[in-house]
Amino acid sequence: MSDRTADATRAVEPEPARTRPDVHVAREAASGDAPRISPPPDPDRPAVFDLRNISVYYDAVPAVRDMTFPVFQREITALIGPSGCGKSTLIRCLNRMNDLIPAARVEGEVIYHGQNLYDPEIDPVEVRKRIGMVFQKPNPFPKSIYDNVAFGPRVIGMKGDMDEIVERAIRGAALWDEVKDRLKTNAYGMSGGQQQRLCIARALATEPDVILMDEPCSALDPISTARIEDLMLELKSTYSIVIVTHNMQQAARVSDMTAFFTVELDEGEKHRTGRVVEYAPTDKIFTNPADKRTEDYVTGKVG
Amino acid sequence: MSTVDAPIGRGPQSDRVKGTLFRLALLSSLALGLITLIALLADVVISGAARLNGDLLTNFPSGIPENAGAQSAIFGTIWVIGLTGLMCIPVGVGAAIYLEEYADRERWWNRAIELNIQNLAAVPSIVYGILGLAFLVRGAFGLGQVVLAGAMTLALLVLPIVIIASREAIRAVPPSIREGSMALGATKWQTIRRQVLPGAIPGIATGSILALSRAIGEAAPLVLLGALTFITFNPEGLDSAFTVLPIQIFNWISRPQEEFQTLAAAAIVVLLVILLTMNAAAILLRNRYQRKW
Repeated sequence: MSDRTADATRAVEPEPARTRPDVHVAREAASGDAPRISPPPDPDRPAVFDLRNISVYYDAVPAVRDMTFPVFQREITALIGPSGCGKSTLIRCLNRMNDLIPAARVEGEVIYHGQNLYDPEIDPVEVRKRIGMVFQKPNPFPKSIYDNVAFGPRVIGMKGDMDEIVERAIRGAALWDEVKDRLKTNAYGMSGGQQQRLCIARALATEPDVILMDEPCSALDPISTARIEDLMLELKSTYSIVIVTHNMQQAARVSDMTAFFTVELDEGEKHRTGRVVEYAPTDKIFTNPADKRTEDYVTGKVG
Repeated sequence: MSTVDAPIGRGPQSDRVKGTLFRLALLSSLALGLITLIALLADVVISGAARLNGDLLTNFPSGIPENAGAQSAIFGTIWVIGLTGLMCIPVGVGAAIYLEEYADRERWWNRAIELNIQNLAAVPSIVYGILGLAFLVRGAFGLGQVVLAGAMTLALLVLPIVIIASREAIRAVPPSIREGSMALGATKWQTIRRQVLPGAIPGIATGSILALSRAIGEAAPLVLLGALTFITFNPEGLDSAFTVLPIQIFNWISRPQEEFQTLAAAAIVVLLVILLTMNAAAILLRNRYQRKW
């Protein structure tokens, strides 16, 4: 078992280019077996999201199909899998960012504190006020550091002393000491890692309940990555975090639960659809996966 | 035989000759344009030098060439172009925001509007003059030959240009900024108002100035409206009769006396200075505020 763990931590990031090997694996397994969802319901471990049969279509083409699993409160949930398996598509369902893509259509339910986020009564803008998001590439606004952080609280009309709100958020993102003397300077003057922490601060400023991170470290160097990972571990005492990552070591280091996705090809081999293969505590995924495909992926045999 | 051992030569002579010839051809096209422009400018300045003085700016038109000046034309231009800007910039930016941020390109009518705006930008200005004459001066609006009618006609003329330039500026704001804003719980309008528009304003300003500088040089549509009259007073309001620089120039050039020709050349220099100033302002704005995302 220890061999396998070692393999997992050595595993390279999967590159988008490869198609055949994992496609083959996916087709083999596509023959009907249900995903392995291991945690049984536990009243002491409340879920923040309950995904029920979530499928996302771009036009008529399914991008992810039939995803059903809970995401637990104040834990870090990692979504891993090869490129094109729908990890980003799925995470964007959780704050209704897919609504911004005209061709996207979501089926199924995301239950968030007892409410279905896809209920017609629900305003996506209200959803996003509570569920923050950090993107793959740092995307600060072309404004001062201060205004970047204050933007969210201002647009949602938060009450209170703005200076305090801003300071609390920047401290929360472990960035205060680096920027406290230059809050009024343009955010574009910061390093990539600082910009990404600014984006985290910006998300924290509106005091959300959940933070979604879509490959937050893929554009960063290892030192900046390590800082963000430390930050995530700190933040999980207050927030529920969902992270998409291409980096399996990262998933292994920070997450409590891991969902492994794979790609399936349809009959004509035209459309690639993401499915969940296995969802389990992270150490189980990396040391004792129940599914052969998970094992092959985390040990670096495919991908 | 191993090619690696052979020394690397200079390559075929013909390749170098072709390269040099091509470069010379490109250089001469550039020179042709520049020389023509400089020759024209020099000619105008030399012809008009005798009348390039304060009188030109302060005197009103007159039948006596020595007393004639372009004050009413300069003020007419300021009035008409100011109003044109006031009308076409808000409408143009609004249309651009709709097309970029709201219009669903799947719908045929939105595509039809887009196509038509492209076409409208290429419609000859005289056609707008006919439109202005038929609907604004006479016809439905019946405004008469006044400042407002002239400005409305020119606003219609340059509106497509403002729309196209504004759309480009709005499109240049990267989607990641919109996503970042929406993900913080901003509404679509808040995102446009507080992120997209501020990011697009340098481009919109540049495009609008260039559009207005086109309007300033237009004579044809205003001639059709009937602005080609002898005006010896500055406009006092929207319903004043008016003349503008290109029309005053046209008027003077068509006179037989040598003195009026000189006057026309001097007025052309004034018009060119205004145009170059506006274009320089546009370039400055662009260089200064252009964003690298």
